[in-house]
Amino acid sequence: MKPIVEVNNLSVEYTRGDQKVRAVAGVDLHVGAGEILGLVGESGCGKSTLGKAIVGILQGAEGEVNFDGQKVSKIGRGQRVAHFRNLQMIFQDPYGSLNPRRKIGDQIADGPRIDGVSKSEALEKAASLLERVGLPRNAVERYPHQFSGGQRQRIAIARALAISPKVIIADEPISALDTSSQAAVANLLVNLVEEFQMGLIFISHDLSIVRRISDRVAVMYLGKIVETGKTEEIWNSPSHPYTKALMSAIPHADGKAFIPLDLPGDVPNPAYPPSGCRFHPRCPLAQAECGSREPMHVSLSDGRKVSCILQEAGNAPKALTF
Amino acid sequence: MTLLSVRNLTVTLMTGSGPADAVRNLSFDIERGQILGIAGESGSGKTMTALSIMGLLPYKGKASGSINFDGEELVGFKPKDFRRVRGKDVAMIFQDPMTSLHPMLTIETQLTEHLRHHRKVSKGEARVRALELLDTVKIPDPETALKAHPSQFSGGMRQRIAIAMALACQPKLLIADEPTTALDVTVQAGILKLLDELRKSQNLSVIVITHDLGVLSALTDRLMIMYAGAEVESGPTSQVLTRPRHPYTQGLIDALPDSGANGKRLIAIEGMPPELGKFPTGCAFHTRCSFARSECKSGTPNKVDIDGIRRIFCTVDPFDTPAGVNR
Repeated sequence: MKPIVEVNNLSVEYTRGDQKVRAVAGVDLHVGAGEILGLVGESGCGKSTLGKAIVGILQGAEGEVNFDGQKVSKIGRGQRVAHFRNLQMIFQDPYGSLNPRRKIGDQIADGPRIDGVSKSEALEKAASLLERVGLPRNAVERYPHQFSGGQRQRIAIARALAISPKVIIADEPISALDTSSQAAVANLLVNLVEEFQMGLIFISHDLSIVRRISDRVAVMYLGKIVETGKTEEIWNSPSHPYTKALMSAIPHADGKAFIPLDLPGDVPNPAYPPSGCRFHPRCPLAQAECGSREPMHVSLSDGRKVSCILQEAGNAPKALTF
Repeated sequence: MTLLSVRNLTVTLMTGSGPADAVRNLSFDIERGQILGIAGESGSGKTMTALSIMGLLPYKGKASGSINFDGEELVGFKPKDFRRVRGKDVAMIFQDPMTSLHPMLTIETQLTEHLRHHRKVSKGEARVRALELLDTVKIPDPETALKAHPSQFSGGMRQRIAIAMALACQPKLLIADEPTTALDVTVQAGILKLLDELRKSQNLSVIVITHDLGVLSALTDRLMIMYAGAEVESGPTSQVLTRPRHPYTQGLIDALPDSGANGKRLIAIEGMPPELGKFPTGCAFHTRCSFARSECKSGTPNKVDIDGIRRIFCTVDPFDTPAGVNR
């Protein structure tokens, strides 16, 4: 499958005082049409920064993002090149991402209007999109506060769909929602990806949902992708200790009173990343070497890529136990 | 021994369109050293239940029925009476430790304030106790931590400090409202481990309120599922989660990403939870229930006792079949 979004060696820096903080440090990613890529990791590991850099809200310091054959540049004050309107983002908080003082219909119609569609046509489109995401057509005449969190997230999705995007970056789109809306909104995204053959980068800290809906998974830790591959393979035999730690921490609703494994410590400050492998201070399997040199990025026999000294021999992934 | 006994609790809140019952006719017990989980979606009344035990209901909120806590009747308590109990015998931790801790005060001030108020200990004694508490909740370097402010800690560490504060006066009951919802799974696992240890070492009774069935499975002995302010099902956690009897419980479990084999699709419950003041008549769940019959639309749902330790409120009881029990 030819990727629509291709991220090559992308780094993103923030300036904090006179210090440069590298929140994303050399990331390679790609997503194709009709594909869902799950991007997981703890908070503070750079997932959202990466998402924003991919759509161009943030400027990369190094590397590049290619969308459908063209290099993505930062969104400025002026109009965006029409080509990149097909690259859309949905945010976690549907309360913050909609304008409380504008009618839903007008907000959804903005995209098509910029494309030169007449107002009545754009509103008509907004109404049918609202219907598509499971809301009544007359919602165009209403305001965000008249809807619940799950409904607002549907509105945000309808707005992203308004200009027929080829790729959507969804940053924690269901984390703020109730259990029953979570399932419904996740299903909606899966259906839309199939119906419109879009690419979807699904950013989430919830591995169990990512496992369910993603075709591939990329695991991120402190600005770097530590493991990436097909979802089932990663789930069945995680080859990076961080992936395994994330999975072992999930509590299961099986009634077995099992306390999941915790991962002591926090994601370090990206201004002062640890030497060698960035995960080594928290890694239950760390070896002396891990603190002194960066692990190589190796491909395993099942097509997975991983950065861990334990897997450097390559071939079949080595089973991890802790 | 029963520590808390709630009978026919109804909480009435004042809304823009008049009074509305946020909690309806709720009854449950908690034994000493037991962890009770209350699950439900937002607006199901789980937090209002907790706040009525704490005496912290919103303005014009009113509790009726009975809340018997360790021999005392809390319904009808005056603010002054609540001040005597709150923070000493009953303590609460909240979802967001950034807003429940004061950003401008040192950890020492916040950890010792209610200790000095309730226990009348000296500043020095309170400090020793504060160090002990920080050690109990596994904050590294307690001496330095005492001098620090909340912003200097990560979310997980702040929640540990909030737990330390709650434990300061050795409460009999700890209420944890979404204690791990704002945390990463890796950090959440640490907090779950800590709460489990505390229950064992201090014989603490805990109410855990969350919509996360995984968290409740890990931690709780008993589980109560709430919908639209009322109980729909309760019983031992393992039984409720493995053999749910109420259609709503079944729906919540089916909606989990781990369950069901439907490819990428999850099994969602149709519709949305009702808003306060707009709860449907009869069984409030009937509008979303695939088993609903006409008799569900009025009256109160049938209470079904199962083996004396479980109960559901459902007139249809669709899973009461030999096959249904072990689906």
